[in-house]
Amino acid sequence: MLITCPYCGPRDVSEFTYQGDGNRQRPAPNSQNLDAWNEYVYDRLNPAGDHNEIWQHSGGCRIHLRVVRNTLTHAVSSAVAVRGHHGGKP
Amino acid sequence: MAEYSAFALLRNALSGNKDWKPAWRKPEPKASYDVIVIGGGGHGLSTAYYLAKEHGITNVAVLEKGWLGSGNVGRNTTAVRSNYLLPPNTRFYEHSMKLWENLSHDLNYNVMFSQRGCLNLAHSPAQLDDYARRGNSMRHQGVDAELMTPAEIKRLMPMIDVSDTARFPVYGGLMQPRAGTARHDAVAWGYARGADRRGVDIVENCEVTGFIRDGDKIVGVSTSRGEIRAKKVAVAVAGSTGRVMQLAGIDRLPIESHVLQAFVSESLKPVLDTVVTFGMGHFYISQSDKGGLVYGGDIDGYNSYAQRGNLPIVEDVMAEMLALFPSLASVRMLRSWGGVCDMSMDGSPIITKGPLPGMYLNCGWCYGGFKATPASGFCFAHTIARDEPHDLNAAFTLDRFHRGILIDEKGQGATPRLH
Repeated sequence: MLITCPYCGPRDVSEFTYQGDGNRQRPAPNSQNLDAWNEYVYDRLNPAGDHNEIWQHSGGCRIHLRVVRNTLTHAVSSAVAVRGHHGGKP
Repeated sequence: MAEYSAFALLRNALSGNKDWKPAWRKPEPKASYDVIVIGGGGHGLSTAYYLAKEHGITNVAVLEKGWLGSGNVGRNTTAVRSNYLLPPNTRFYEHSMKLWENLSHDLNYNVMFSQRGCLNLAHSPAQLDDYARRGNSMRHQGVDAELMTPAEIKRLMPMIDVSDTARFPVYGGLMQPRAGTARHDAVAWGYARGADRRGVDIVENCEVTGFIRDGDKIVGVSTSRGEIRAKKVAVAVAGSTGRVMQLAGIDRLPIESHVLQAFVSESLKPVLDTVVTFGMGHFYISQSDKGGLVYGGDIDGYNSYAQRGNLPIVEDVMAEMLALFPSLASVRMLRSWGGVCDMSMDGSPIITKGPLPGMYLNCGWCYGGFKATPASGFCFAHTIARDEPHDLNAAFTLDRFHRGILIDEKGQGATPRLH
């Protein structure tokens, strides 16, 4: 499984750390909406097909990436920097 | 008269083996049933078996997308144990162990349950303390557990290096002598035959494509072989839980599907007569009756519905095997495969009524579902038949996450890849 880092190019999955589901919406730090917190912490979409997820190129440039990956085929269709400073490009 | 016995073997041998019946029929699905169980794996089949045996509910269909036992019941590393720390888990898995101990007799089918013991190796004094704590918790609840010294471990397992110069010296271990292994395919076949003989229809190549509703209530399923109605619809599909529940409009669950790989080596002369786990990583190994070493390690660690993994974990598992047993370096790996695991947010399962009216849910087995097969079916059948959980699965609710009453055996929090 290869992930194409926008800075480093295509790299083996062993260089990356999976940081989980990228669909989760973290409530505001002062939010007292317990349902929203519960949903953020425990509930997952877990789709069979394209999945938005967060990975870090921890064995490389250490950038955090927003990746779209197919959970049935493991094919990665996009990987952009989480922070939008460069429009997701270097 | 038991269908399978020494006498039956002799009688059929003399009559040219023409009288054996298929272990289960291949019925056409009927238009309606009392209960539909979705999923013809270990848990679905044992659920149908105990519905018929314990509750007299025999108008039951088990719907299987592929062929019987094509999922995780035939993909696991066959270990059976009940060495858990937390009481809800210990009680549940110990009940499973007691069902295992009588399973071949109960099913009249040899599941080759072999109580060869399961040894968790400790590689630091702190780890040994932790194991002692778990062992005390187990013994407190009537489960067998014994702390072993390095010398005792060496006597049990001559292949291991317990000297100070080992790569990761062994400080001791926690043994559950009643743990062991079982022939996983036989478990599926035995439960299938037991359910079939009591009148359950096992329908293979029948994929559920949607749920039939009457208002909020689930009243049946549409399948690749037509619509089938039922008073109660039970879901026991492990790694496919997300996909099936999405058909019912439930798109968020405290579950992530991950892939776990397993491996078997070429056949060897007997070298290992117990199940052993490595404490300096995550690795477990046993030797099958055919002689192959059966082993595995961590899940790959990312969401996946593919029944195959990637090479970094293969390398990792082999490295751990060689750190523990350098002598296995020249053994050749025969096969590797993957199974999809329904990882829950606390590492413990869900066996419950709901979440929709008319529906029952059994999931969240992480990668430890095989050993639970008997108790899972036993408790799920009780929940379906009585519309309330058995004492043993009362804690395994779906809403425990939002209510803050988690059963987090490893204390890892809501990070499925760490359970």
